[in-house]
Amino acid sequence: MRTTAPDNRKMLLKLAVIALGMFGFGFALVPFYEKICQVAGINNLLQPDTVTNTQVDLSRSVIIEFDANTHDMPWRFRPLEASVTVHPGELKTISYEVVNTRDRPVSGQAIPSYGPQHAAQYFRKMECFCFNKQTLAAGERRQMPVTFVVDPALPADVGTITLSYTFFEVEGSAGTPPRAPASQGRTS
Amino acid sequence: MSSIAHDPAHGHGHDDHAHHPTGIMRWIATTNHKDIGTLYLWFSFIMFLSGGVMALTIRAELFQPGLQIVQPEFFNQLTTMHGLVMVFGAIMPAFVGFANWQIPLMIGAPDMAFARMNNWSFWLLPVAAILLIGSFFAPGGASAAGWTLYAPLSVQMGMGMDMLIFAVHIMGASSIMGAINIVTTILNMRAPGMTLMKMPLFCWTWLITAYLLIAVMPVLAGAVTMLLTDRHFGTSFFNAAGGGDPVLYQHVFWFFGHPEVYIMILPAFGIISQIIPTFARKPLFGYASMVYATASIAILSFIVWAHHMFTTGMPAAGQLFFMYATMLIAVPTGVKVFNWIATMWKGSLTFETPMLFAVGFIFVFTIGGFTGLICAITPIDVQIQDTYYVVAHFHYVLVAGSLFALFAGAYYWIPKWTGHMYDEGLGKLHFWCSMVFFNVTFFPMHFLGLAGMPRRIPDYAVQFTDFNAIASVGAFGFGFSQLIFLVIVLKCIKGGKKAAARVWDSADGLEWTVPSPAPYHTFETAPVVK
Repeated sequence: MRTTAPDNRKMLLKLAVIALGMFGFGFALVPFYEKICQVAGINNLLQPDTVTNTQVDLSRSVIIEFDANTHDMPWRFRPLEASVTVHPGELKTISYEVVNTRDRPVSGQAIPSYGPQHAAQYFRKMECFCFNKQTLAAGERRQMPVTFVVDPALPADVGTITLSYTFFEVEGSAGTPPRAPASQGRTS
Repeated sequence: MSSIAHDPAHGHGHDDHAHHPTGIMRWIATTNHKDIGTLYLWFSFIMFLSGGVMALTIRAELFQPGLQIVQPEFFNQLTTMHGLVMVFGAIMPAFVGFANWQIPLMIGAPDMAFARMNNWSFWLLPVAAILLIGSFFAPGGASAAGWTLYAPLSVQMGMGMDMLIFAVHIMGASSIMGAINIVTTILNMRAPGMTLMKMPLFCWTWLITAYLLIAVMPVLAGAVTMLLTDRHFGTSFFNAAGGGDPVLYQHVFWFFGHPEVYIMILPAFGIISQIIPTFARKPLFGYASMVYATASIAILSFIVWAHHMFTTGMPAAGQLFFMYATMLIAVPTGVKVFNWIATMWKGSLTFETPMLFAVGFIFVFTIGGFTGLICAITPIDVQIQDTYYVVAHFHYVLVAGSLFALFAGAYYWIPKWTGHMYDEGLGKLHFWCSMVFFNVTFFPMHFLGLAGMPRRIPDYAVQFTDFNAIASVGAFGFGFSQLIFLVIVLKCIKGGKKAAARVWDSADGLEWTVPSPAPYHTFETAPVVK
């Protein structure tokens, strides 16, 4: 029998290195994906929007309704106004209030969603508490602003936009034991 | 094994001087490629029956609208586990079993390159299978997130999901070791004179498949590791609240998942390419183009993964790219189908069971290939995504493709493995039952999907009743037909007509130069290929 054993061992080593490399590649897909999304301008929930068209369209008004939810979190979360009326192109700031009802610090991340869904692309947020993780000390109450512009290109048939935030607890943040047992501060 | 040169004159004549333990220890401690191949094949057959029982439970529930037999939670566990068991437990190990048995015989090597690692890569599988099946008994039951284990659902599942993740890790390690073994065996241990381009096509398709396995199984391991850390260690790869993205999971999974599809079909192409020339009594038409087509399919498989995700909101440019790239795969696949047909053209055809399964494979696999093309068209996919049309499509390529090729290969080589001919009459019965019931089961699913019936749901609207009832009847027929196969195999092991060394009169290849049954050790002295 020919002895191919040394060659085989070399080959084993090479192929094992490829396999390990591909394991790393799986994880490398994570930053790669984020970069692609950033370049393609999709999924940029955490970045402020930019406004190019600053023309205020006084001829029409849009009602913006505000909604607040928490997902299994010990927080009370509500908008200070239920709705506002704006002209497309007009800069507007409103506030939400959040209270940590837990006796220890809790971190959360707010995720926005829109109704109707296709209005999302015309709703530009300059400033938003949802761009960052929020950490509230035990019992802390905080008012947080949202500054936004509705793009004048908004289709004419959209008269009302609902902006809805949901706070999710960020697990693994400092001093936060895993998941609160029950939803206490749920508003809906 | 030693480097003592045997006299080539009585090279293969001196049969079993096999020194191996007997009883159960023979199988646990074996490093012989034929024993390990047998273990793989039995393991996969047992898993095939387990996955089949799950499928029949699903079909029994879907026989009528409403909930009769199982609760929705358990139904979802069944669909999830049916997929995983069939993919990782039945189809993949079965092909590895064929590789173990046949590759050393076909290239004139005495055994696999790493015999002990070979033992280890098999014996990891039962452990993984126990974890997988055992997860049904964990608190909360098995994972019900679908075989694709999409986040965030899979992040929220109970403890069964953790067992599944470890099972996937173990099966992945087993596959990678098996693949390394196959690549090394093929590249380093071919008989003198057997150049790569003289190698049987089954070895070629397995060489390319093994590279695919080495490239993508670690990516799957990475994806489920991310799930695991998201579940238990506070990371947020797929958790939107922590800055992650569930769609990312789909990208990582399908970067593995699409090449995985070809991992399950390329060795099937190899088996068919061995069988058709034998029963057409003509050499394979377009050997070189078959090799290049296989390689092209493998390379293209890395750039089409997002066609599984057309509805995730990707940019139109992305949809177009993945649509056209996917359609491009039809070209090398078409080359293969035309080559098989050209091989049969004006051949002296006979239709023994392996050939029946091979021709049946071409017919039904091509239907599955065409429905795949339909699914690739983005605007159509948006309509049929997650409907029974997709279920019909992938069962046409996985059952009628991979599984029929496995049966074809099993009938083709079982005389070499056991030394006896199988029962031809029963074999033909097995083929016709499988073929008819397969189509009765899955053809109506095209109509169900086009009419909008969603997959993975235990109940359905009443207008889907008739087609579902037909599919369920077909499924039970198909399931019980497989017991014929079990009977044939058992009969063939026990006895039957003695098989000659060259079982099929025009079969070509080194495996037919050794006696039937193949001696425990073969090609300790390398044959010379001219």
